[in-house]
Amino acid sequence: MSEQQFCEIALEGGTYETRLTKKFTQRKPYEKDDPRVIKALIPGVIAEIDTQVGKAVKKGDTLMILEAMKMLNRIKAPQDGTVKAIGVAGGDKVTKGQVLIEIE
Amino acid sequence: MSFMQRIIDFFSRKSTVTKGGGDKAISKQKAGGKMTARERIAALLDEGSFHEYDLFVEHKCQDFGMGDKELAADGVVTGSGTIAGRPVCIYAQDFTVAGGSLGLMHARKITKVMDHAIKMGVPIIGINDSGGARIQEGVNSLAGYGEIFYRNTLASGVVPQISVILGPCAGGAVYSPALTDFVFVVDQISKMFITGPEVVKTVLGEEISMEDLGGARVQAETAGNAHFFANSELECFEQIRTLVGFLPDNSRNKPAIIEQKRPKASYKIEELIPKDSKIPFDVRDIVRAIVDDSEFFEVQELFAPNAIIGFGRINGETVGIIGNQALFLAGVLDIDASDKIARFIRFCDAFNIPLLTLMDIPGYLPGSDQEHNGVIRHGAKVLYAYSEASVPKITVILRKAYGGGYIAMCSHHLRADFVFAWPTAEIAVMGPEGAANIIFRSEIMAADNPEEMRKLKVKEYTDKFANPYVAASSGYVDAVITPEETRAAIAHALQLTRNKQEARPDRKHGVPPF
Repeated sequence: MSEQQFCEIALEGGTYETRLTKKFTQRKPYEKDDPRVIKALIPGVIAEIDTQVGKAVKKGDTLMILEAMKMLNRIKAPQDGTVKAIGVAGGDKVTKGQVLIEIE
Repeated sequence: MSFMQRIIDFFSRKSTVTKGGGDKAISKQKAGGKMTARERIAALLDEGSFHEYDLFVEHKCQDFGMGDKELAADGVVTGSGTIAGRPVCIYAQDFTVAGGSLGLMHARKITKVMDHAIKMGVPIIGINDSGGARIQEGVNSLAGYGEIFYRNTLASGVVPQISVILGPCAGGAVYSPALTDFVFVVDQISKMFITGPEVVKTVLGEEISMEDLGGARVQAETAGNAHFFANSELECFEQIRTLVGFLPDNSRNKPAIIEQKRPKASYKIEELIPKDSKIPFDVRDIVRAIVDDSEFFEVQELFAPNAIIGFGRINGETVGIIGNQALFLAGVLDIDASDKIARFIRFCDAFNIPLLTLMDIPGYLPGSDQEHNGVIRHGAKVLYAYSEASVPKITVILRKAYGGGYIAMCSHHLRADFVFAWPTAEIAVMGPEGAANIIFRSEIMAADNPEEMRKLKVKEYTDKFANPYVAASSGYVDAVITPEETRAAIAHALQLTRNKQEARPDRKHGVPPF
């Protein structure tokens, strides 16, 4: 086999010529969690929105209800703050990881 | 009834049942490119060796109109036969009968033949082709699965257990194969998943085909649930016959020793290693240069290719071979490779198969995905499995042997019986570049030309530590050998360790980092 097929990988002790696996190249880069951005943990439908942009919220306030797996999931404020943006409207279908609301 | 009438009656009953689900269902099965349950058994076992039991077993369900429904042999064929003259127990689910659905009597036939295999000390082979639980039988069908899983666990480490997935195997049913030692899949035919594409779509909104979710390739390459991938059912049966040839009948016996053969002359071990230690080579070629007839039977070839596992023979004796494969990810240990290696070690240890480890390891794979998915606990499995194994353990250090990876890959410290090292071995805490950067950091930084100084220090470290002699000076390497001497050294070590005995502390069982 020719050396052209190889690429370099850097490890603790040095760099090596090798091939990469599909899993390795498809691995997800680390993203730091931003507590101010609330994302849907599960796909579903926005049943109701209980807040509006500019409104002051306290930690634990219910901001909206996401209906998923036949359950009404309360989406609560993770911290005190003001609602900066709402990414969805009532009745919207949301996918996993979709941004629902931002707080500042 | 006269004697003759009774005989005719018997043949008539037998022929009805052995037709399975009838002509229509059988032609549907064949249209899907699949063989019938009985054809599969006949193709896998020695010709004419199959003996069937429980042909006339019937289901007992009266609910949902099942009372007047006849299900031939209750949808599963069970019995025993031989592979290369050695007895095995076998069952094959018959998809043509009610979709191979599992009811209580169906499960009882399976557990009966499993009990048989355990008692007689012979391998058990299960061919799975079933739509899942027979809904009409309710909790009795779940009870059936539970009884199978329990026996899979009882049989584990007692007799070799082989699962063949030749159709769907979904939901709870997947846990029987998962508990067995080797899972065989065939492209486009095998499907395994806990929840199917429809549920995935409803719950997660993900659109995924059955093939992409749990097809043969996914199971063999990505998930690692399957150990052998074949392109046809016949190729799959050939693989099973080869595997059985390497194994003993049960854990009380050793694998048979067959006539020995030299490795093929085309594999010249001294020509296989590149001069530059950063250029990879295929460690399987080294294996082929060592084993009888250059025949290496690889297990989990497609999964975690940065490590290789498989069987070969040395002087006719079965050996379980584990190696770091520099061709992929430089041969690092990661989560998948650790799982792959650890399970294989435990199988070999349970069935008295000596372990040969070919070490060429640069360390562990760095990264948040590895750390967050538990590379620590998965990596620990390798240490546990090697330390626990009491079969003969022989290690050959080919090139890199750095840090924790060196310890893990069956070093002297985990009680390898023999550690050999080639003159090309580099046994050190880490690679020369990394080590020089740490040890000589201040000198490098203070130099007028740091890059020159770094190169100088890397060379200094390489000259001093990147060799087998530091480890050998402490007795951690038993002998430095040339590549050409490797086969003879291993063969002698196997001869010497044949009656090895090693005492272990008395305990119920250890607690490995599962």
